[in-house]
Amino acid sequence: MMDNKSGSRTPLRIGFIPLVDAAALLVAVDRGFARAEGLDVTLHREVSWSNVRDKLNLGLFDAAHLLAPVAIASSLGLGHVKVPIVAPFTLGVNGNAITVSPALHAAIMAEMDGDPLNPLATAQALLRVVTARKKAGAEPLVFGMTFPFSTHNYQLRFWMAAGGVDPDEDVRLVVLPPPYMVESLASGHVDAFCVGAPWNSAAVDLGVGHILHFVSDILARAAEKVLAARQPWAEKNPDVLAALIRAHDRAAQFIETPDNRAEAAAILAKPEFIDIDAEVIRRTLDGRLKISPDGKVRESSRYLLVGREGAARPDPVQAAWLYAQMVRWGQAPLSEASLAIAAGVFRPDLYDAATGKTVPTAPQLADGVGAFAGPPFDPSAITKHLDSFPIRRR
Amino acid sequence: MAAESSPKIAIVDENPIRAAILEEGLREAGFSAVEHVGEMNNLLARIYQIDPDVILIDLENPSRDVLEQMFQVSRAVRRPIAMFVDQSDAASIQASVDAGVSAYIVDGFRKERIKSIIDLCISRFNAFAKLQDELERTKTALEERKVIDRAKGILMKAKGLSEEEAYVLMRSTAMREKKKIAEIAQSIITASELLR
Repeated sequence: MMDNKSGSRTPLRIGFIPLVDAAALLVAVDRGFARAEGLDVTLHREVSWSNVRDKLNLGLFDAAHLLAPVAIASSLGLGHVKVPIVAPFTLGVNGNAITVSPALHAAIMAEMDGDPLNPLATAQALLRVVTARKKAGAEPLVFGMTFPFSTHNYQLRFWMAAGGVDPDEDVRLVVLPPPYMVESLASGHVDAFCVGAPWNSAAVDLGVGHILHFVSDILARAAEKVLAARQPWAEKNPDVLAALIRAHDRAAQFIETPDNRAEAAAILAKPEFIDIDAEVIRRTLDGRLKISPDGKVRESSRYLLVGREGAARPDPVQAAWLYAQMVRWGQAPLSEASLAIAAGVFRPDLYDAATGKTVPTAPQLADGVGAFAGPPFDPSAITKHLDSFPIRRR
Repeated sequence: MAAESSPKIAIVDENPIRAAILEEGLREAGFSAVEHVGEMNNLLARIYQIDPDVILIDLENPSRDVLEQMFQVSRAVRRPIAMFVDQSDAASIQASVDAGVSAYIVDGFRKERIKSIIDLCISRFNAFAKLQDELERTKTALEERKVIDRAKGILMKAKGLSEEEAYVLMRSTAMREKKKIAEIAQSIITASELLR
């Protein structure tokens, strides 16, 4: 916080991965919104989510751009040391896409019975492709995703399982660092991947991939990355955290104003940030993506939400949905206590207090998630909800 | 020391020099079963093939996230692997992160044994960083020397100075402007290129 007497600013160290959904953080710092709140933020670009998590956990970072499921997994102590995390700001809702190799794209389209934008139709076509490959004795298809505890992992699984493809039995899901995705698709190490921007566009531009789905086809609303801080730190520094939330909120508003998009894209494109062509970043912010090498463009107002439609305000229902996926795929046991911890990671109260926005944006979706398959999500009846999906690991 | 049943150690590092320094250190300490993985394609398959007790990976490697997959219950994994996290020893974790290395161990591996491996790792990684630092400094010094020599030549020719006088002129200008001699020299070169 700005100390009025000395004019000194609070130094903060914040980690991020070079992805477009770090936009609010990067713009908050670069465009001076953080400084205006009395914060002196040093950004640390990292190469892996493991590094971001560990450095946040150890206190080498005060806050971080983090996969929403990692914040929950850390708080539950899943697969790693237990460190309670709070997420008082959602950096991005949606924003990923599923990209497939030209060969897999052709195979799916040949089996397509219905609208290729309908994820149920593509998942069922995928099942026919997978079945035919099995009969022919071919190797299972390989799908790349970014982290075991990632929205990408859950979105891929949710999609294919709805069509009858078992993500653990019928195909192989492997973790790949985002910068390796495009090369792996080109070299045939993977047949498809689910990743955030700019990597899907990079694959299409190079002619090695087709964007099959925006993940907003699968879930209308999915919390993707959050601003994360250790709970004890957040409790000890409530004013600093509130200032940080406000700086992010102003940055998100700035990015969502169409007149500012070019400037925002130019900031994100800087070599010390995402270091990629500003035009490619612009496509993501605008939700106007080239989806196939022949130049076909698809537009969606739901591609990536940075603050608009109340996206910045953390929604505990989203956290509960992510926890339910951990349970569904055998990463976490189901318990009421764990569910409460998971939902409690997302902190709309901190967001409201910092921004002074008392009226939460009315949810546009009945269940807050809007999945294309299965019954509406009900966090108070997760067992029943998960039992309605035939393919599951619990 | 660990001769009777030397644990299998895999070093995942794209930097062959650092990996060699670490491998040598481990062998000197009696760990004879050390494998270096420098190729990140099909990393997991390679790791399963080696079937190590301990995996060491540098923090600059994006493939750390690939290793995280091994925490997951999967038929592909023969033995459960966990990251070395001993909450009672925060100093050691801090030191390893500072040095830029992290370790994954097979569940049940004896704590005292991993400790000695980690400590060795930290000291070798730090030694490598120091070496690289020195190399970088030497390189910079060499380059600065070249720039200064070129600028000296330009001054000698343009102003009819001796080598000594040219150097003194640059040094006094640098002191007056609170800059490094190399910076002044670079300005002279740039200016002479513009005026050519």
